[in-house]
Amino acid sequence: MRIEETSGLVAERPLGLPATRARRAGGPRGVGAGGLASHLVLGAWGLLVALPLAWMVMTAFKSDAEIFFSPWQLPGAWRWGNFARAWNEAQIGRYALNSLIVVAGSVSLTLLCASMAAYALARYEFRLNRPIYYAFLVGLAFPGFLALVPVFFVVRDLGLLGTYRGLILVYSAGSLPFAVFFLTGFFRSLPTELAEAAILDGASHHRVFFQIMLPMARPGLAAAGIFLFLDHWNQFILPFVLNPDPDRYLLAQGLAALAVQRGYESDWSALFAGLTLTMLPTLLFYLLFQRRVQQGLTAGALKG
Amino acid sequence: MHYRKHRLLVPFLAPALILYGVFVLWPYTQALYVAFTGWRGMSPNKPFVGLANFRKLAADDVFWNALGHNALMLLGLPVTVLSIALVLAALTLQGIRAGGSAYRVVFFFPQVMSAVVIGVLWNFVFHPNIGLLNGALGSLGLGGLKRTWLGDPGLVLWAIFAVAVWAGVGFFVVYFVAGMQSIPGDLYEAARLDGANPWQAFWGITLPLLRDHLQVALIFVGLGALDLFVLVQVMAEGGGPSRAADVVARYMVDVAFGQSQFGYATAIGVVLLVLSLTLSFAMFRLTRRERLEF
Repeated sequence: MRIEETSGLVAERPLGLPATRARRAGGPRGVGAGGLASHLVLGAWGLLVALPLAWMVMTAFKSDAEIFFSPWQLPGAWRWGNFARAWNEAQIGRYALNSLIVVAGSVSLTLLCASMAAYALARYEFRLNRPIYYAFLVGLAFPGFLALVPVFFVVRDLGLLGTYRGLILVYSAGSLPFAVFFLTGFFRSLPTELAEAAILDGASHHRVFFQIMLPMARPGLAAAGIFLFLDHWNQFILPFVLNPDPDRYLLAQGLAALAVQRGYESDWSALFAGLTLTMLPTLLFYLLFQRRVQQGLTAGALKG
Repeated sequence: MHYRKHRLLVPFLAPALILYGVFVLWPYTQALYVAFTGWRGMSPNKPFVGLANFRKLAADDVFWNALGHNALMLLGLPVTVLSIALVLAALTLQGIRAGGSAYRVVFFFPQVMSAVVIGVLWNFVFHPNIGLLNGALGSLGLGGLKRTWLGDPGLVLWAIFAVAVWAGVGFFVVYFVAGMQSIPGDLYEAARLDGANPWQAFWGITLPLLRDHLQVALIFVGLGALDLFVLVQVMAEGGGPSRAADVVARYMVDVAFGQSQFGYATAIGVVLLVLSLTLSFAMFRLTRRERLEF
């Protein structure tokens, strides 16, 4: 254990004593006036974050005249019709379904391919193990922008331009470095006894993976899955380039197009309703799985 | 045993390797060649032009204008986002008795919203007539400060900057809190017994022990400042008035898919790659000191 001596405040801690979170980790708690000032600062930022969102939801219920002449007041009536118009006429519903199809496919494909590869890399010794692992790691270092043009032509030459299959394959391939890296670490951390016992009992390696290891890896798959879901759901540049047909737009594309088109038609209320509908799925997903999402996304960031 | 083992390896590794090879490794390899061609996407043959694309780039005012904006973002965003996030993280952990995690739930909202949603939402906040911002200024009696935020070449880049800060802070609050929670509490206890105030404890304990997190965060925000494609695309179409908010990534996409100059666009992509790698490496070296274990 080494501790840098830049600060006389740093004290030695007995070796091996875990820094548990339960034990007041993170330092002293605020008291009195300091606590009030802290609440003011935190509340101010919270308001800054929440206010635009609340304003958007409120505005989504207004009539166009109210939006224009009294942007600050509550709506005179709760016009649910705005949402129906956004869902049907502005096709938000259709775009959402398109996104769901693509993301369900891409997240499943990524998890399946990555968990099999990660398992092989984590648990089997063979000559190409390290080279393959590092080949995946390299992908973490490169920004997607470099390959945007060549990817476009690979997808076009395979006849996959404008298809959901094309998007699913490209999303999955792009996420493999993160997923393989994350899941290899996870499989390495799992105990081996159960798998070894099963092998001795004559179970095939495939069976051991699908019936023992994969169920054991569920927490890791969930964490990676949450990260992948949000990452794929919020993609914009790949569909922008690879999915040009307006009828097959994904949600983010549809919203961007809607913002331009409804702006011209000045159907503000449908636009705000559409924006609210677009924002809700990920926000609800987050509110349901707060801690897991926070953990999953911070773990995902470490890939950088 | 040996034979059976290898029967597993091939089917387990092949799908991932094929997918990765076809849609990641092969395009990246191609990119490094296409950048030296004058390819316009029509014919399958790509005429080799040597360094011509890069020479053209060096004299391309639109490119330099965009790169200048990325540089400004690179100077401003990491410092702003990470300072705010550090302060808020420390306050939710140490400044208040309870409720810190509730604040963090709200702070984290923008992280789960797509950049397109954020961009469209802020288009409305900044809207000159129906916008929240001008409306707020008006009702506070500050009507003189009303602006056409996204239509003013002097303001549009900073409006986008503000949105990037708004969107970025929450994630790093959560990230830093995770780091701060792994700092043992008795360090603070000892500091307190030695008579240090919370401010001194923050500088003397929290910051030094958070260095790994800060390093990752700096690289992360820095790479974000080199991108910004979606916000600019949504909030300043075509790079904004007088291209006052143009960024390299948007220009690259425009050169490729707007003007079909695929060789030239890929050269811009290569420059972005070199900048990103240099940035990561520089941040890594600059912030690297003796590793702390605790």
